[in-house]
Parts: sequence; C-alpha cells; structure tokens
Amino acid sequence: MAVQLTVNGQVLNVDVDPSTPLLYVLRNDALVNSAKYGCGAGQCGACAVLVDNQVVLSCTLSVGSVKGNVKTLESFESDRTLSALNKAFIAEQAVQCGYCISGMMIRAKTLLDKNKHPSVQQIKEVLQGHLCRCGTHTRIIKAVQRASKELVA
Amino acid sequence: MNNSSNIARRHFLQNSFGLAIGFAWAPALLAQAPAALPGSLNANPKLDSWLHIQPDGKVVVLAGKVEFGQGITTALIQIVADELEINMSRIVMIPTTTGRSPNEGVTSGSQSIEYGGLALRYAAADARELLLERASSKLGTPVSDLKIQDGEIIAAGRTTSYWTLADSELFQRQVSAKVPLKKRHTTIGQSIERVDIPAKVSGGPAYVQDMKMPGMLHARVIRPPAPRAVILSVDAGPIEKMLGVVAVIQNGSFLAVVAQREEQAIRAQEVLKKNTKWKLASDLPASQSAWFRRMKQMPTVDTTIGVKEAQVRPATTVLSAQFTKPFIAHGSIGPSCAVALMKDGGITVWTHSQGMYPLRADLIKTLGLPADKIICIHKEGSGMYGQSGADDVALDAMLVARALPGKPIRLQWMREDEFKWEPYGSAMIINMQASLDQEGSIVDWKHELWSNTHSTRPGEPTGDNLLASWYLEKPFKASPVKNIPQPAGGSDRNAIPLYVFPNQKVVNHLLDDMPVRVSALRTLGAYANVFAIESMMDDLAKAAKSDPVQFRLKHLQDPRARDVITHVSKMADWKKGSLASRKNGKLYGRGIAFAKYKNLSVYVATIADVEIDPKSGKISVTNLFAAADGGLTINPDGFKNQIEGGLVQTMSWTLYESVPFNQEGIQVSSWAEYPILRFSDVPNVQVEIINRENEKSLGVGEGSQGPGCAAIANAVANALGQRIFDLPLTSERVKIAIEHSRHVS
Repeated sequence: MAVQLTVNGQVLNVDVDPSTPLLYVLRNDALVNSAKYGCGAGQCGACAVLVDNQVVLSCTLSVGSVKGNVKTLESFESDRTLSALNKAFIAEQAVQCGYCISGMMIRAKTLLDKNKHPSVQQIKEVLQGHLCRCGTHTRIIKAVQRASKELVA
Repeated sequence: MNNSSNIARRHFLQNSFGLAIGFAWAPALLAQAPAALPGSLNANPKLDSWLHIQPDGKVVVLAGKVEFGQGITTALIQIVADELEINMSRIVMIPTTTGRSPNEGVTSGSQSIEYGGLALRYAAADARELLLERASSKLGTPVSDLKIQDGEIIAAGRTTSYWTLADSELFQRQVSAKVPLKKRHTTIGQSIERVDIPAKVSGGPAYVQDMKMPGMLHARVIRPPAPRAVILSVDAGPIEKMLGVVAVIQNGSFLAVVAQREEQAIRAQEVLKKNTKWKLASDLPASQSAWFRRMKQMPTVDTTIGVKEAQVRPATTVLSAQFTKPFIAHGSIGPSCAVALMKDGGITVWTHSQGMYPLRADLIKTLGLPADKIICIHKEGSGMYGQSGADDVALDAMLVARALPGKPIRLQWMREDEFKWEPYGSAMIINMQASLDQEGSIVDWKHELWSNTHSTRPGEPTGDNLLASWYLEKPFKASPVKNIPQPAGGSDRNAIPLYVFPNQKVVNHLLDDMPVRVSALRTLGAYANVFAIESMMDDLAKAAKSDPVQFRLKHLQDPRARDVITHVSKMADWKKGSLASRKNGKLYGRGIAFAKYKNLSVYVATIADVEIDPKSGKISVTNLFAAADGGLTINPDGFKNQIEGGLVQTMSWTLYESVPFNQEGIQVSSWAEYPILRFSDVPNVQVEIINRENEKSLGVGEGSQGPGCAAIANAVANALGQRIFDLPLTSERVKIAIEHSRHVS
C-alpha cells in the first residue's frame, strides 16, 4: 500500500504497510540517520522527530497515521533553532557516543521555540523522557543553555 | 547520631585480630624477556603498520584502538600531529581493519592512550627523524639546522617536504623507539574538538546502525526464552508466507529470519518467536540474593595477592563488614548491530566490537574459515562501556550472510535481545576486615572477594566466546574461566589498596560456574572493590575519630594520590567535622573517596553531597566534585568529558541498577524493568584536572566509576549515620536503614 509522507520538505511515496512504525520509513526510505532505534517502545527518546513541530516518538507511531510534515535533525541548516543547537552541542562537546543526541536536540528545539530563557530545571524537565547512558547530561544541559543564549543574541 | 547503629552487620573485636598466614606467597618471577618496546609496538613493531605519508600531503594513520564515543580518534590525531609537526587536518584515520591495521587487541581498560597512543607517538617520532635525515642529505644541511612547518622541511633558503621525500620503502623498518619524544607541544594538551561529533549532531551517518548498502536485507534473531534452552520445533510455515520474508535460517538452536524491509523482519521475528518451542534448562539462580547465598558455597580458584607482613602495635579496634554488588547491565542506548556480506568465498563484517582481531579469532573457529577469508572492519556503534552484544551480533549477521551469499545483511538486536543477552558485569561479594591501633592507624587489612570472571571476551586460545556459537548444531564451548592477572587485575582490580598498611592480604575467590553470563563492564572488579575499600576507610576514620580526608592522607604516601585528595577538598570546601546535618525533615551528608584506577592509571578523588528524604528513602545527589591526574594530558576537555560521564554513570549504577532474574530467565526486556538515571537526578558536576607535563600520559576513561560510587555511599552513610553495605543504594534500603536506626536508638 502506498503511503505519502513529507520529510524535511521532500514528498515521499513508499509502498509499505501503513502500520509500519514511522522510524523505519524515515531510516530506510527517507534515508534519515538521526532518528535512532533505541527501544521500540517510546521509552528512551532516541527516535524523536517532529511532526508539524510537535515531538513524536517515531518508533511507536504508525506511518499511516502521520498527517503533517515530518522534520528531522537532517534539516538543521534551514532551521534557526536546530542550527543553534548544532553549533552549541559542538561548542560544549556535549556528546560521548552520541546515539541519544539527535533525539535530545529535537526535544530541546521545541523547548527553545517557545521558551527563550529556559532555566536548568525546565531543560531537565523537558528532557526527562530521554535516556543517555554515557552520562553526558550535564553537557547536554549546558549546550541547550548555550543555544538559547545564541538565539536571543 | 548513634554510634552503635553504625555496626548493624559488624562485630567489634578487641585485641584479637591476627592474620591467618596459611599461604605461601612469592613475588612473580620476571622472565628474561627482550627489551620491551613502548605500548602496542611490541606486537606491531613495524613503522609502516602505523603510518604512511602520501604524495598528496596526507598522513594515513592506522590504529587498532577503536572509537566508541570516548574520543580516542581525536586524541590519536593530536598525538601524531604533535610529534610529526603537521596540521591535524592532514591526518586520515583508517577504521581498524583486520589484515591491514595493527593488532592492538581489545580497546578496553583505559589503555588506548597508554598503549596505542604511546606506540603512535614513538612511530611518529621515528618517522619525523627519518624524513629529516633524508631532507638533510637532499638539501646538504645538517638535521640540526632544519625546521619543520606542517610537513615542509626548511633549511636556509631551501625547502623540501614530507610529501616529496617519503616513499614506500622509507617506513619499511622497525620502530626504534629511541628518537626522543618532543617536549614542546603544539596539539597535545589542547582541548581539540572531537572529529566524530559533527556527524553525530547533524544527522550524518555515524554508526554501523546507519550503514546502507545496495540490496541490503534486514535480519533478526529469535533467541531462546532463557539461556541454554534448545529448540524442540519451529513452525516456519506462516513466516514464509509473510510479505517480504526472504529466508528463515536455522542452525541447531540458532534461529534467524531475513526480510527485505526492517519492519518485515521484526514482524517475522515476533511471529517466529511464538511458533518456536524450546526445551528450557531452568538453571538460573532464583534471584540475586539466592545467587549471593550460593556464591560462597561454589568451587573457586583462589589467589592471594598484595601480602604485607610486619610487627606492629597491637590492634585495639577491629572492623569487619560484607559488601555486595549485583549484576549490572551495560544498557547501551542503541542495541548492537552489524552488517555482513559473504562474497567470493570470504565474509566481511562491519562491527562496533571493541577488538577486531580478537573477534576474528573466534569467528575463524565458528565459521571454519581461514583468517584471510574473514575481514572485520570497525564502524562505531552506540556506547558500550565494556562487552555489550557487539561481538555476538557480528557472528549473528555473519551466520545469516553465509547462508545468503552476495546479499549484504544488516542485523540489529532488539531492545529485549540486548537486555537479555548482553553479558553483564559480575556480581561480587567482598568481605573486609581491618584493625586500628591505639593511635588510630590501620595496622591490619584483609580484603576477600567472591566473583565470577570479569572478562569472557573473544580471542582466547581455546573455546569460543560468541553467543550464537553455543547454540549451533555443532555447538562450541566458551573458553575456560580465568582472571586477568595483576597488576591490572580482573575481579581483583584495585583490590590491593594504594594506602600503606603494615599488614595486608587480598584473597580472590574466582568462581568457575557462571549461570548468568558475564563479561567486562567498565572498570571490571574495581567498581565494587573501591566501594568496599573506601567505605571501610570512612568507617575506620569514624572509629578513629578522625576526619575522612586527614585519615586518608595519613595512610597515603604517593604524592599524586595525596594531591588529588587535597585538590578536591579545596574544590568542595571540605570542612572537618560537622558534615552530616538535618534540615526541614531532610538528611544531608557528604562523602569523599579516592582511587588510582588499576593502581596503574589515572588518580581520581571525588566528593559527593547527598540529600535524603527519610519518608520516601529517595537519595538525591546534589554535587559531585572530582580532581583527576592523568599525567601529561592529551586533550583536557576529552579527559573531563570522560570523568564527568563516568561520575553520572556510576551514580546510576550505585543508586538504581541490578539485573532482575529468576529460574525462568532474565526478567528485563525494556527500560521499564531496568530504570537508570534521568535528567531530574542529575547533580551539579565539577571536574578539575591536574596536568603533569613531565609524567607519562595515563588512561583516564574509567577513572571516576569507583571513587564516584564510594563517595556517594560515604555521603549516604554520613547522612544516615549508618552504612548500607549492599549496592544499589535503593530507597527501600534507605528506609530499612532508617527503620533499623530507630530501633537501635
């Protein structure tokens, strides 16, 4: 069955069972790397992407139910907030293995889009559902803070 | 605080402590070996196995130590650029590949800088010298009058360059390791941004999970419900009719399914799981506590190490205690993955294993192919923190690829596969006994531990350590259990205290039987040994009515050890006395701990502050401070990143983690059954580095796990007025401890 999807502005027609999790269509048909398989159960946040600028966990969302535009980290250059986050994560070296980081950045974007001056507490709250195993949390918080400063500068 | 509450599980004895000297100990006889070369040069002495200079101005670097997010690639680039006096952008790092890269074994134990980095530093120094000699004869100028500027060699008015001087023969020689290393550094010591990060924060292909090849198929493995189960029957009929399914592959009790699309493979895996009948072994212990009860009754291989004997003043106080640490999961965020391709009679695998050559050694056995028909190419995966499923999934993918020649196979474990089948960090029991003399000095120290091995990695001379090999029609056996010997140690890693005691003895009881599969988890036994040692040090300090910092300094001679402790005390503004407090119904405590990782690598001292809610038993760590000395620092920010990450990870292990299991199997299939630290738990973390330019660079990656745990445990003991001896320090255990102290007082 054909499913039509818009990913980072590109229209994509895929012959796939509509119950397929969005994640696999993104990774294997839209050739997206950023959304990662971590748990398949919406428990870790590694697969987070945006649908109409809302965070969705693409490992549990069926592709057939996606009605809006999908945006992933790959589009960072055309997105002011993601671009600032990209620079900030490099500047803070807020990565160890980095497998969880794309999901963190997607989530942080939605925070920064509505809150120009998030507190550490607010950053922690919004990232609460995202797991990191390397213990990079403190740097991730600093990177989000840095991006927020750059965005208002 | 009530003093007697502190001895919940202890026996105070007076003047009755004597060491049982029923063992013979002799220092290891050092065999007459040829003069050792530095680091990994011993196994790979040829210069061209490390470096190639290309006419296009690039320097190709081959290394056997692999990246998994610890930043080693960047650090190695810094080392080579510094020693060769070139810009880092000239360096091309080749992914570790069997048959091409030097064999540096496994990337583990914080050894990449000490072994791989050191080898590359000497190789680059030799290369520089050879090129200077060539330049000297070409330009007719003595070497001492030549200058190097990013690979250009400059004499008065005349220049040549590495790129024109080097040819294929120049580096076909052994590394002398006699060329003096540079003392003045350009890139060494700089916080260079890691080369692996840009792709990771921009959606670039960064991991083996991201590999895509034309015609690539997706595979999944159907693992048994519990270890050692065997297949009774498989009904593959419904599977073969499913859309996209290409093949069901069975070899004994190894079962896999291949499909054109990933989600098709996952669906087929789910159906096949239901349609497969297994004969269960049901030989797991009933629980973690059942295993602890069994451990001391099991056959063991015993070794005694670190023995010191001296006549001392009589002991006046003796403390003894038993500490436990459960099985802990590596819990990579990204389940293990490999891509394999069988072609022209050979198999290539792209893998995030920590050791290409050790992996290949076991693949040769399992697949029955000669070494030159198996190529293992490193491709980074999710962080592993020791041996995850990375090696096992490589074999899984190759077993599938072997059945489907010409088809690239991508096989990723599901979350449940990773949780249930990764080899965990070993459970440990540690019995400690130590005594103080009248002046509050430690005069006797005994450390006795029970543990499974901490390494069952591939690459052993006999046996096969890859999971699927044990389930094949002609099954292989795992290699015999062994301990990594001292001085690095395995289960006894860091069991010999760095403190100076006149009498001491460490006994390692290595268990042979391994009902729960285990292997290397970051720091091996050091995490639990440091927890036990540093807990004892605090309790002894308390018994001696001494400040924990002063008490440690009193028993330490190594000036660098003393420095990190003093340094962290200043960072945290440590004040003698009055550490614990109670405010607004909450309990507050502070603790310090120290270790020199493996007694060979980085020195780390940590201080933790905790806040405890006595009603819920919840421990909140508010501050973690660390001071670390890794000798000559290659990349200060990379060093800090490792120490910071280690502190947060060890906090998660220490407060929350234990693998649940029962006789039916491992009882964890998702993060719901294995909670780890989340953002709301994250403390303020401060790390400072003591750089020592004239000391050799030490491995740093695992340095903060042990002291981080022990500082938290000491802070909790300080806040509660009594110690919790069993990891993890759960809220239930806190509540029991508080309840217990009420009864005592």
